[in-house]
Amino acid sequence: MRILNRSLGRLSRHRRGPVAGLLVVLMGLVLTGGLYAAFSPSSSAQDDNTAALVKQGHQLFLVGCSFCHGNDGQGVKTLDGNQIGPPLVGVGAAAVDFQVGTGRMPAVQPGPQIQAKEPSYTQDEIDAMAAFVASLGPGPAVPNPSDYSTDGLTPEQLQEAISRGGQIFLTNCTACHNANGAGGAMPHGGYAPKISGVPAKYVYEAMLTGPQAMDTFSNGNLSPDEKRDIIAYLHSLKDSPEYGGFGMGDIGPVSEGLFAWLVGIGSLVGVAVWIAAHTARTSKQKAEL
Amino acid sequence: MSDNLPETTHGGDATLAHEPIPDPGLPEHQWRPTDVDPKAERRAERQVAGLFMLAILGAIGFIVSYIAFHVGDHPDTIGNLGASNLALGLCLAVTLLGMGAGMIQWARKLMGDHEIMEMRHPASSSQADREAAIAILQTGLEESGLGRRPLVRNTLLAAGGVLGLLPVIMLRDLGPLPGDKLDHTIWDIGTWTPEMQAWWKTQDRSLQRVVRDVVGTPIKVTDLEIGDLVNAEPEVLFAVDPDTKQLVVDGTDQLVDKAKAAVILHRMLPQDIVSQQTLNWSVDGIVCYSKICTHVGCPISLNERTTHHLLCPCHQSTFDLADAGKVLFGPAARPLPQLELTVDDEGYLAARRDFTQPVGPSFWERG
Amino acid sequence: MALDTSKIADTNRGKAATAKKPNKAGAVAEWADDRLSVGSLTRYFARKVFPDHWSFMLGEIALWSFVVLLLTGTFLTLWFTPSMSETTYEGSYPQLRGVPMSDAFASTLNISFDVRGGLLMRQMHHWAAMLFIAAMFVHMMRTFVTGAFRKPRELNWVIGSVLLLLGILEGFAGYSLPDDLLSGTGLRIADGLIKATPVVGTYMSFFLFGGEFPGDIVIPRLYILHVLVIPGLLLALIGAHMVLLVFHKHTQWAGPGRTEQNVVGYPMMPVYMAKAGGFFFMVFGVTALMGALLSINPIWKYGPYDPSKVTAGSQPDWYMGIAEGLLRIMPNWETHIWGVTISWNVMIPGQILPMLLFGMIIAWPFFEQWITGDKREHHLLQRPRNAPTRTSYLAAMVTVYGLLWAAGGNDILATHFHWSLNSITYFMRTAVFVVPPIVFYLTRRWCIGLQRADNDRLLHGYETGIIMRSPDGGYSERHLPISDARAYTLTARERDHVHEIESAVDANGVAAPGTRSDRIRARLSKGMYADNVQKPTAEELEEARHHAEHSQELEAGLDHPAAGHEFDDHALRDADDVPLRQH
Repeated sequence: MRILNRSLGRLSRHRRGPVAGLLVVLMGLVLTGGLYAAFSPSSSAQDDNTAALVKQGHQLFLVGCSFCHGNDGQGVKTLDGNQIGPPLVGVGAAAVDFQVGTGRMPAVQPGPQIQAKEPSYTQDEIDAMAAFVASLGPGPAVPNPSDYSTDGLTPEQLQEAISRGGQIFLTNCTACHNANGAGGAMPHGGYAPKISGVPAKYVYEAMLTGPQAMDTFSNGNLSPDEKRDIIAYLHSLKDSPEYGGFGMGDIGPVSEGLFAWLVGIGSLVGVAVWIAAHTARTSKQKAEL
Repeated sequence: MSDNLPETTHGGDATLAHEPIPDPGLPEHQWRPTDVDPKAERRAERQVAGLFMLAILGAIGFIVSYIAFHVGDHPDTIGNLGASNLALGLCLAVTLLGMGAGMIQWARKLMGDHEIMEMRHPASSSQADREAAIAILQTGLEESGLGRRPLVRNTLLAAGGVLGLLPVIMLRDLGPLPGDKLDHTIWDIGTWTPEMQAWWKTQDRSLQRVVRDVVGTPIKVTDLEIGDLVNAEPEVLFAVDPDTKQLVVDGTDQLVDKAKAAVILHRMLPQDIVSQQTLNWSVDGIVCYSKICTHVGCPISLNERTTHHLLCPCHQSTFDLADAGKVLFGPAARPLPQLELTVDDEGYLAARRDFTQPVGPSFWERG
Repeated sequence: MALDTSKIADTNRGKAATAKKPNKAGAVAEWADDRLSVGSLTRYFARKVFPDHWSFMLGEIALWSFVVLLLTGTFLTLWFTPSMSETTYEGSYPQLRGVPMSDAFASTLNISFDVRGGLLMRQMHHWAAMLFIAAMFVHMMRTFVTGAFRKPRELNWVIGSVLLLLGILEGFAGYSLPDDLLSGTGLRIADGLIKATPVVGTYMSFFLFGGEFPGDIVIPRLYILHVLVIPGLLLALIGAHMVLLVFHKHTQWAGPGRTEQNVVGYPMMPVYMAKAGGFFFMVFGVTALMGALLSINPIWKYGPYDPSKVTAGSQPDWYMGIAEGLLRIMPNWETHIWGVTISWNVMIPGQILPMLLFGMIIAWPFFEQWITGDKREHHLLQRPRNAPTRTSYLAAMVTVYGLLWAAGGNDILATHFHWSLNSITYFMRTAVFVVPPIVFYLTRRWCIGLQRADNDRLLHGYETGIIMRSPDGGYSERHLPISDARAYTLTARERDHVHEIESAVDANGVAAPGTRSDRIRARLSKGMYADNVQKPTAEELEEARHHAEHSQELEAGLDHPAAGHEFDDHALRDADDVPLRQH
């Protein structure tokens, strides 16, 4: 990998288009993937299963995805060179599982950011499409539940994992996603989505694949254990009681200020009006007068 | 009445002609139902007493909640809310609001209802008082001889001035002088403390590694994929003294050093890099920048993988990681300082040298 | 003027009293009076008159939240450790166990999780702080828009402005104390602001932090400012504020019998003692309610401060919002010249503009007095519409404030309304210059329109809603005169006087001294007052009444003469007894 990138660096000294560079890399990735596939041992029964799954996935892909991503996941460009859908060679099964599983794909319309919605496919269909896309080139696989599960940990280990995960979370994630996992703004209409309450698998996949504009946190960057710890922390936050009351959207001082004015000052001005308002009057006179 | 008060609205004889409508005077008092109707009065009395009773109940509830609900390791909850906080707060609120509402209702319904009137007096003293005051001051001035003895007066003033200087001088030791501290970070091994130097001698290496924040592990080029973002620190911050098993840089020192030395690593395609310097200082598309915003110093790590634009969460300055940290948007004026990366003998990412300019917010002397 | 003299509290006569039959309470009172003259004090203060109006109680919200702050704050000091020494947390909050942090942060966690009621007190303290400053703002706006700052109350206005500034500083010092990620980020920004000061910036920063940021001493220093120095100043100034309030007596709205020479309202003892005391409990209660239900500053989620960590949605408390907004929308100007750096991008929004805004607040009473040349005392309030320029100036300033405040939360706006962060910033950069003048113009026209409507009501009466058809087929609405009390209230205001330059030159033809400032004054005066609608004169009113009587006479000959009153609900209003401020 390193040698490959070095040589690319030299080639690119005369500034080529970014897409051209991307394609070169993808070619490299396909090559590596092909070699890997050729030399890795596998049983033939599995191969048959996988082949069927890939075929099913390709059919689904042709119907639901190919309009933007091309018939073979090579990506589609408009006439003026804009990308409708990016190439999917090498994005891996994890990316498909995340994008389709959270409903982001298929996208309703292009925009600064594709939003999550109800998923359009069943998990079986998603698995098939993931198998198809994974067959295009090597990429991160869908993580195994054991990768992010904390079931095997002793209470002490779990405690330690959560504390450590919290510190990693606050260092790597909160800048965009906020300390409560409530999300935050990015430039030009983009945003870091709310991650509190998102299933562990998708959080893990998002770190692995870097959906949309998000950076990737590959296993060489944050080890699988560190990813597990982050998820454990996020879930522990979700499972903790709201010690101090309602969170007002968990977005910090802006909503606190709003509530101070609307609820606090609002109600106290109401009390002031009540105190100073004249009570009901009567035209009757006091008996002894 | 003083001339100080405007006359236009109080209907004095002299101005009556100018005023379109004369002051009809205070209206006749009207009674409240509670004044004339014993039934209404008793009802109001019951309302007030009821509110005070509510306050008592709230206080009892408060005491019960204080004893009943646990905080600490296994806090009680109501719904998903902390039970202690909720119950104590609500009971306290009932007590206080009951007291308050009771008192207000009492004043509104049952207390005397006649508005009374007070006359105003001008704020200024009478002419006689003023003259007397001036005379007293004159006498004092004469008797002290302040005017006649300029020597005494001037030396007193000088003494007062000097005395005022003393507290200012005493504040000098609030902190050390800045010197050139802001120009360097601990990426420069030359600025290290003796303890850090001693640890470095045990390492037998020439370049300081860039390590992951929080866990302190070194990073190989092959660890990172295109699009990876690593929040990193100089390795000395995680150095453990081999003898004492303690961190070499600890506590506040660590925070001070982190406040300038924190960096981010980002791996992009080398051909995406625009600036020649950025390319030269990168390793296989891995660039390293200061994590401290050049605006007012927030840590900055909101990166868009697709554009390599780095956004500050505090004031939204945006920097281009592919182009020498150039400012694209927002209030920051200077590009984000880049750290020159290299690979050490064992293949780990390391800094070739310190930042070539001060990191973080601008200051007068930075030039 | 029909005055019931029995109701006048006379506070000027006094003769040493002799107690008749001392019972126990009387004996105590006598003991105290012999030493403290409590008798005279009670006589003077106990029947102080407070006019009844909701807007006169806004300052009380601030006062009572300050008391809540003192009470809850004292509770917090019993556990809080103002130290930046490092410790490893082993308390009850599981997610942070084993994490190194400062004593300050650890003790705040201890208050939140291991002291019963500690979290409640923390949250109440924080909510009360937000309310304290918000109430000061509302109170100041009321004072401003009704002209209550005019002579003799200018000094109290200045004291109030300083209280506001101190309150904001106190708040900033306070939320920096827990040493959590958000407060540390706030301090870091403050450090950046300080460093941008020309020449001495780095020195100030090193002196404040005892070395390089963050150092280990800033929290103990802020602590003593927060619990002693600033509260002491606040208390002293609040005391002075109240003394002046009592000395000047309260302002009041104009109305029948309510003049510049008197103050009409309820006595301190017992009515206002109960009302104000009750209000204290209400403020305290609302704070308790908010502390019980609404989570504020959950520091355990932010974690201890670490200069390499940050969270999205890093905002200061609301009252620092405009500084934050200014910082966010400021273009990135910086000058490098003669080997030094001048950070306009930080200095202008962080230092120059806040000081300018504060200066404008303090200076207004003196500025206005210079233009009007009015040296008389004023105790009757102006209705906002009767000072159109001042009212619309406030509206414009509130608009600027609101825009900057919104700009300070532009990331929250972006995520919640799906707007582009960058577009919001570009919009705000323009809007702060364009929108306030529009608001100023519209408010001014609105005020003047209301003044006209007042005059219409005086001259032609109020609209009854009865449509009359004339013999030749025309339709008109029946108007009936308003009551004397209402009419008086509407006219109980002064005519505006536009300052004019007497002569640009003196008798010898030489330019008179001060002519230039006089010319500016005249122009400002014209701009501020020339367009105002003045109340009708007695003659105009007389003529209008005559005209109305005439048309009523004509209508009297109709088959079904309508008096009008049978259809309206103005019975009470026309009973001459309820002053205008009620409606």
